[in-house]
Amino acid sequence: MAIWLDDSSKVIVQGVTGSEGQKHTRRMVAAGTNVVGGVNPRKAGTDVDGIPVFATVSEAMKETGADVSVVFVPPAFARDAAIEGIDASIPLLVVITEGIPVQDSAYFFNYASDAGSTRIIGPNCPGIISPGKSNAGIIPADITKPGRIGLVSKSGTLTYQMMYELRDIGFTTCVGIGGDPVIGTTHIDCLKAFQDDPETDAIVMIGEIGGDAEERAAEFIKANVTKPVVGYVAGFTAPEGKTMGHAGAIVSGSSGTAQAKKDALEAVGVRVGKTPSETARLMREVVGG
Amino acid sequence: MDLFEWQAKELFAKHGVPTTAQIVVSTPEEARAAAEKLGGGPVMVKAQVKTGGRGKAGGVKFAPTADDAEAKARDILGMDIKGHTVKTVLISQAADIGEEYYLSFLLDRANRSYLAMCSAEGGMEIEQLAVEKPQALARVAIDPVTGVDEAKAREIAVKGNLPEAIRAQAVDLIVKLWDVFTAEEATLVEVNPLVRTPDDQVLALDGKVTLDDNADFRHKDVHDAYRDISATDPLEVRAKEKNLNYVKLDGQVGIIGNGAGLVMSTLDVVAYAGERFNGVKPANFLDIGGGASAEVMANGLEIILSDPSVRSVFVNVFGGITSCDAVANGIVSALSLLEGRGEELTKPLVVRLDGNNAAEGRRILTESNHALVEQVDTMDGAAERAAELAGRSS
Repeated sequence: MAIWLDDSSKVIVQGVTGSEGQKHTRRMVAAGTNVVGGVNPRKAGTDVDGIPVFATVSEAMKETGADVSVVFVPPAFARDAAIEGIDASIPLLVVITEGIPVQDSAYFFNYASDAGSTRIIGPNCPGIISPGKSNAGIIPADITKPGRIGLVSKSGTLTYQMMYELRDIGFTTCVGIGGDPVIGTTHIDCLKAFQDDPETDAIVMIGEIGGDAEERAAEFIKANVTKPVVGYVAGFTAPEGKTMGHAGAIVSGSSGTAQAKKDALEAVGVRVGKTPSETARLMREVVGG
Repeated sequence: MDLFEWQAKELFAKHGVPTTAQIVVSTPEEARAAAEKLGGGPVMVKAQVKTGGRGKAGGVKFAPTADDAEAKARDILGMDIKGHTVKTVLISQAADIGEEYYLSFLLDRANRSYLAMCSAEGGMEIEQLAVEKPQALARVAIDPVTGVDEAKAREIAVKGNLPEAIRAQAVDLIVKLWDVFTAEEATLVEVNPLVRTPDDQVLALDGKVTLDDNADFRHKDVHDAYRDISATDPLEVRAKEKNLNYVKLDGQVGIIGNGAGLVMSTLDVVAYAGERFNGVKPANFLDIGGGASAEVMANGLEIILSDPSVRSVFVNVFGGITSCDAVANGIVSALSLLEGRGEELTKPLVVRLDGNNAAEGRRILTESNHALVEQVDTMDGAAERAAELAGRSS
């Protein structure tokens, strides 16, 4: 098993004909993902490497039975693309696009909540991979293997780093939830799903400065998670008031600091590594690998 | 992007939020002229700095006449308020204050929605109000799909306990402030104080606005006009021109990496290592993105090497989407590109490549045999070495 994405998942790509969309569609296919279609209203009827392009998400779903959509469209069009997916009731919508205005993300997240049938991952995220089964997004598939660890992270490259360091043990599912101030799927959503997934034995949780998602995740772990959790938090040296690459990565006044997040996690028994490599070592001790 | 008070009030006026007439100036003489233009006084002379506590620091003064406005401006210009030098002052028409209220809209990250905050007890900093009189501060959740209409605005005014006598005006103002929030794509709009004059007018006397940088493409005019280039570090300005994601810090180890999270983590690891080497620290944040092409690498290296406080550079790349051989070739061509541009390279580079095709990437760097480049296979080890090199040359 895995969470939200497995070998039965049928994936479509919104923005399949753009350069990023094409490149990563090929990589997804190479990773064994069942990519059944793409969407571009102006290029409907054509194909990308034999993958049919449809005019709309709902048409693509009707024709292919797709249940996952990966969004690669540019920021200015991302809100409409997301709403189209939500209106079509796609069960999983993975928004890779970086740089979406936060009012657009807040709108489509709440629009999806009201509709009640779509889970959103992202935006500004690398996507989700269940190694050996399916890959929806831009996470490199060949740096790790299937196994029994679940991983949730705000950061793309730290996800890759951790997948690679623990490649001999392997992962059920890795979710890059994204570095924007407003994201669809949170650390807590992932922790809950990993707790409920019988094939996941332990969880790595990677956070970074900004907001209080890690603190809230710590409360959730205390009350609901019995599987071992190992954590890492980036941004101890980040100065106050400066955005560090990710739109959401900012320490405001005394809130959102890495220290506060680390303290909150350690207070509920999560072992927090000082560096990514130390975090991987802690996980190794936990799973006895 | 955080705005100055005068910019915030300008946006208020643009959307019909009642506020006082104002002119922003940068010399005492201009302050006098501005006061005369606003009717000769009385006016307020207010330091324009992006920090709180201006009043306590003596950066906000009442001036009954234009003469006085000039004198007060002379006192305030050049002042240091919490590390911010006052370069401009705002001359605004003085208003008689009967009562002071508080009103704001902000992004609520945790609930992925918006929050309206309103209180009949304004005039103090919101942080203080929230601690001292939490029961007096109404918090009303705003659904991003439905927004704020008149009924919602009334709910905010009523819960904030704004008096009946001015409630209709307040409701109108709340709807207009919501316009500012949405039309300008802000993540914060705050009016503090919102005042009631003795003749029952409601005015926004001071404002704070934060605009969403991601919405830049839809608000290019406003963002360009309001961006405060003079306060930005010159290296940050140059990096922005090259589309590099760079933040200047005050250490000695230059950092280049791919991916925001990995770079933040690199800063931390270097800072830990630096504790053992004369306390050296990271000199900057620089994320060259997943692609890590030769040109971007060259631009990044150029910026970092031109920082006089940098003594060593740590290039920390994880080959995920881009494989390490491409990154290694990028580094080699970046160095010859810089040498071709006539740069004299003297600072040592510690490179850590890991991930896809790492062995091939390391071979390419080894064979290029560049005198300044040293490879270390692990992130922690490479951070240690870069810190050692920077600490030793101090």
